[in-house]
Amino acid sequence: MSKNNSEFSVVGKRIPKLDAAQKAMGRAEYIQDVKLPGMLYGKILYSRYAHANIVKIDTSKAVALPGVHAVLTGEDVPKKMKMGFIKDNPPIKKGKVCSLRDEVAAVAAISPEIAKKALGLIEIEYEELEGIFDPEKAMEKDSPLVNEHLKSNVLKMPWDIHYGDVEKAEKESAFVVEDRFTTTWVTHCCMGTSGAVALFDASENLTIYTNTQIPSLAHKDFLEALKAMGLENKRVRVIKPIIGGGFGSKLDTYAYEHIAILLAYKCRKPVKVVFDRVEEFKATSTRQPTITYIKQGCDKNGKLLFRDMRMVLDNGGHTSWGATTPSVMLMPISSLYRVENVKYVAKCVYTNNTYSQAMRGYGNPQATFAIESSMDILAEKSGIDRIEFRRINKNQSGDETPQGLKITSCGLEECIDAVKKELKFDGKNEKSVGTGIASLIHVGGGARIYGSDGCGAILKMDDYGKVDVFTGGTDMGQGMDNITAQIVAEELGLLAEDINVIHSDTDICPWDVGAHASRSTFVAGNAALGAAKKVKKKIQAIASKLFDAPAGKIKFKNKLVFVPGDEEKSMPIGKLLRKAHFRPGGTMLMAENFYDPDNENMGKELKGNMSMTYSFGAHGAKVKVDEETGKVEVLEYVAAHDVGRAINPLLLEGQVYGGVVMGLGYALTEEVTVKDGEIMNANFRDYKLFTAKDAVKIKAPVIETDDKDGPFGAKGIGEPGCVPTAPAIANAVYDAVGVRIKNLPITPEKVLAALKEKNN
Amino acid sequence: MTTNISFSLNGDEISYDVKDHWTLLHLLREKMGLIGTKEGCGNGECGACTVIVDKLAINSCLYLAVEVDGKTIETIEGLASTEGSLHPLQQSFVDNGGIQCGFCTPGMIMSSKALLDENPDADREEIKHALAGNICRCTGYIQIFESVEAVKGMGGQNE
Repeated sequence: MSKNNSEFSVVGKRIPKLDAAQKAMGRAEYIQDVKLPGMLYGKILYSRYAHANIVKIDTSKAVALPGVHAVLTGEDVPKKMKMGFIKDNPPIKKGKVCSLRDEVAAVAAISPEIAKKALGLIEIEYEELEGIFDPEKAMEKDSPLVNEHLKSNVLKMPWDIHYGDVEKAEKESAFVVEDRFTTTWVTHCCMGTSGAVALFDASENLTIYTNTQIPSLAHKDFLEALKAMGLENKRVRVIKPIIGGGFGSKLDTYAYEHIAILLAYKCRKPVKVVFDRVEEFKATSTRQPTITYIKQGCDKNGKLLFRDMRMVLDNGGHTSWGATTPSVMLMPISSLYRVENVKYVAKCVYTNNTYSQAMRGYGNPQATFAIESSMDILAEKSGIDRIEFRRINKNQSGDETPQGLKITSCGLEECIDAVKKELKFDGKNEKSVGTGIASLIHVGGGARIYGSDGCGAILKMDDYGKVDVFTGGTDMGQGMDNITAQIVAEELGLLAEDINVIHSDTDICPWDVGAHASRSTFVAGNAALGAAKKVKKKIQAIASKLFDAPAGKIKFKNKLVFVPGDEEKSMPIGKLLRKAHFRPGGTMLMAENFYDPDNENMGKELKGNMSMTYSFGAHGAKVKVDEETGKVEVLEYVAAHDVGRAINPLLLEGQVYGGVVMGLGYALTEEVTVKDGEIMNANFRDYKLFTAKDAVKIKAPVIETDDKDGPFGAKGIGEPGCVPTAPAIANAVYDAVGVRIKNLPITPEKVLAALKEKNN
Repeated sequence: MTTNISFSLNGDEISYDVKDHWTLLHLLREKMGLIGTKEGCGNGECGACTVIVDKLAINSCLYLAVEVDGKTIETIEGLASTEGSLHPLQQSFVDNGGIQCGFCTPGMIMSSKALLDENPDADREEIKHALAGNICRCTGYIQIFESVEAVKGMGGQNE
């Protein structure tokens, strides 16, 4: 490592989250808390059927209800107002509905109660159509069509990839294993539900308060919405209140935002649409469910020769970012462990179920579940110890993977070793106790899935040594604000508390592609670091004249600007700033920086180095299986990550612990139960999140590999915590009782059924 | 139906005309502007709306406002001292990473306070039990437990 943590003053320190005191006092304002003068309340009516034609809508009774200001149906939505990345989804449907979450009408009224009452007065006549809920059946020729005009339920997506020669490699393999794995719908369960408040000013410019993770792309979507409404050349301002959890759920723009805009325009008053918890379960998007067929083979020494994967993804009735998760699944499929020959085919299929979106890991948890379960099966078939098998095939610095990913810093081996050391994989467990391991690769240096992967930062210093940083980055609780502050403070010799990070408003903050792909530390961090370096240079030039010393000799520490070794040449930074400002021809210090990483879009060949660097990790679990009930108890958990450098170990641990527990829910308890398109468990009693009672002891060893491109060597860590959790648990269950559960979640019922089958 | 009730709220004596169907959460948030108490589910399942009524942590979304007549209510807004310094539990949640998105935080802190007021030396199992009704999606709970444990023995008191 080029730099030791002890050389830093602010980086590497456990500095509490900058907005935590505000939150602890109950003063943080979330979308639920936004109240504007004259504000109306919007409510949305959803379809009664998963697949139906809308024959007739009568809104007259709702319109007549006192207190109601507007009632909208699909007829009121401009033709070109569509959502989703292939724009197949109008915010209120007209003519036909494709899922039970399809919006069919919306109301604005003077109170939420009246708005709700009005929904009940809207009369809709439907003609029910045959629904299709199984994606594999939806691919059959005589299946009902979700979108008749497309003539097929299979989306036109490019996921048909072949690197090397899989057929040849299979013939050369000494051992081959083949399995089918499935993952189901799970949902983000942000504690703060979704919502937006929209209002127009006298010149028909839009301001929208919304808890989005993509302020700049939302800004673009809403500009397009205004254009569709005939409002050309108007302005859009997106204001983010404090976000009550994101996890990917706010990575698209949604019907509730567009409906708030339409209602606000129609009423010429602010309109607030906020989801209740049932709506949050039913009308927000889930993690993409998958059916995966995987075949892997190795030679007699355990060298992995090929990986052949085929997936079917349930796309639901409309298309959001869930359909693009294969672009990220491709990363572990092509590049988790060294494997030269890779095939990946994914089909996204329309059904009348709910549609999926981004959720922490963006497809990686689903793919890694299949890969790492299969790795264990192949290790056993080859007769090679499962940890040794992974070490044989480990990724290493300097590798270029078949997809074209360039592996720079890589601490995978150290992570595997850390898990082995902490969990004592010696095979000497008591009855029904077992251990499991699974590794991960994830983007750690941005992810170019859009034209730009950039983020802007504007830095402004006052006369006293305090700094405002206006960043494109988004904090939703994960700590982007702290990381930015610590990076800027380190560079300028200040304290984190001297840095005010502003990330709430598109009118004042620069562009950013969004808080996704674990990219905030790396990309927003580098953006802020670049701006700080520019300001630093300016201060050095000023100090150089004042001290009569070369600019390169001027250092910054403890709020002082000084020349080391010369006590005369030292000045508090505030004093220096005032000297620069309050004089004829004075100056104030500001800088802007737009950082767009040098990573690559995948071209037509679906090859390219999508991230500047990659984060690695290995998770290990020790579980006990109750063979009477099938219940899996997690006794110990180790989550080792290569993070480049821990800018803030306190927040880093929080990301890992939180990610692991979300991953444990994915592994063991969480499942949106869907019957004929209907979500049956839209509440916290029946949707089983881990509670405080279920909390698990987690060790989180941190491996620092000092990435050459990361800010102070750091890589992203937002998502990795929940990536290999499910296979680590599945592998531990197999080790404990000899049954392999291939369908998530690993419920007691499934374990018990498998034990019964094994014992018969 | 409207009923006039009197209660103590964060040390203030309050008299208020409440509709009989209002929940305590509705009274606090919508009528009195105390937005620190959060609604996460409206159904008593998530604990974000936890306040303390007569020393007991309760879900204010399930508690009728009329029922607080004659009772003492503590909400998150009442914890910091009048000079602005944080209550030890609030400070500990800040210092120990117990707060990420912060939406569950007021409820978590109120449940923790009710526990420590009653049982200043609560152990990890007792803390887990007391917080079992407060869901957090960000932290995985570990740093929340550490936040509570760090003020053990101080009884959660700042008086």
